[in-house]
Amino acid sequence: MMLLISLFSGLLFGMGLILSGMTNPAKVIGFLDVTGSWDPSLGFVMLGAISVTYLSSRIAKQRKCSYTGQPIVLPDSNRIDKRLILGSATFGTGWGLAGYCPGSGINSLLTGHVEPILFVLAMITGMVIYEIIESIKTRYQG
Amino acid sequence: MLIHWTEATPLHSLVGGLFIGVAVSILLLFNGKIAGISGILSGVLKLKTKDIGWRLLFLLGLIISPIFYSTFSTLPKVNLDAGHGTLLIAGLLVGLGSRYGSGCTSGHGVCGLSRLSTRSLVATIIFMVAGILTVYGKHHLS
Repeated sequence: MMLLISLFSGLLFGMGLILSGMTNPAKVIGFLDVTGSWDPSLGFVMLGAISVTYLSSRIAKQRKCSYTGQPIVLPDSNRIDKRLILGSATFGTGWGLAGYCPGSGINSLLTGHVEPILFVLAMITGMVIYEIIESIKTRYQG
Repeated sequence: MLIHWTEATPLHSLVGGLFIGVAVSILLLFNGKIAGISGILSGVLKLKTKDIGWRLLFLLGLIISPIFYSTFSTLPKVNLDAGHGTLLIAGLLVGLGSRYGSGCTSGHGVCGLSRLSTRSLVATIIFMVAGILTVYGKHHLS
C-alpha cells in the first residue's frame, strides 16, 4: 500500500512539474533572470504547491501517525549554520547554471535528451562525494 | 525589471503547482514522508535496504510521468542553452549543495516553506539569490 502511494505521489509530482513548465530549464532561468525579461511562472508554481502543502502540513503537525499508520517524522531542526548557508549557495549556483533542479532533472531522464542524463549522473556523483567526505570525517573523529 | 508575459504561463504553472502540492501532501499524510527529491535520492544512494522501497517507487513515478503525460497531451518544448561541460558542473554543484544544505527546491522551497520553517526560508532565499547571481553573471556579464 505504502509503495503504491509513493508511486502515485511521484507520478503526480512529475505531472505537476511538466504541467507547470518547470521541466524546461529556460523557464527556470527566466525566473532567475530578474534583470532581463523576467518570467514569473516559477512564482506561480510555488504559490500553488505551498498553498496545498501548508494545509497538509498543519494536519500533519497535529498527528503522530499517517493515515496508513506510518510515523510522521517532520524535520525539527532550526539550526542555521555554515553548512546550510554554503550548501544552499552551492545548490543555487548549480541550479542557475543549467536551470535543472533534482526533480526536473530526474523527471526528464526518459524524454530522449542526453542533457538531463549528464546532469543527473553528475548530481549523483556530487551526492556520493558528499557521503565519502562525511564518512572519512566521522572515521577520523571517531 | 521587465515582466515577460508572453513567455509566462501563470495558469499552467499555478495548476502544476497545485498538482505538486497534492503529491507532496499525499506522501506526507499517507506515508508520513517528506517529498524532498534530493533527500529521497540520497536515501537510495545510501543503500539502506529497509527504507529504500518507497524511495525507488517515488522516483519511478517521477521518471515515468512524461510517458504518462504524453499519452493525453504533447510534452512542452525544452530549451536548454547549457553545454555538456556546464551541465556536468551544474549537476555536481546541485548534488553537493543539496546534501550540505540538507534540501533542494522541493525539500526547502515547497515542504519547508509550507511548514513555516525558518531554516528552509533561509535556505530558499540563499539558493534563489545564488541562482539570480549565477544567471546574471552567465547571461549579462559574458
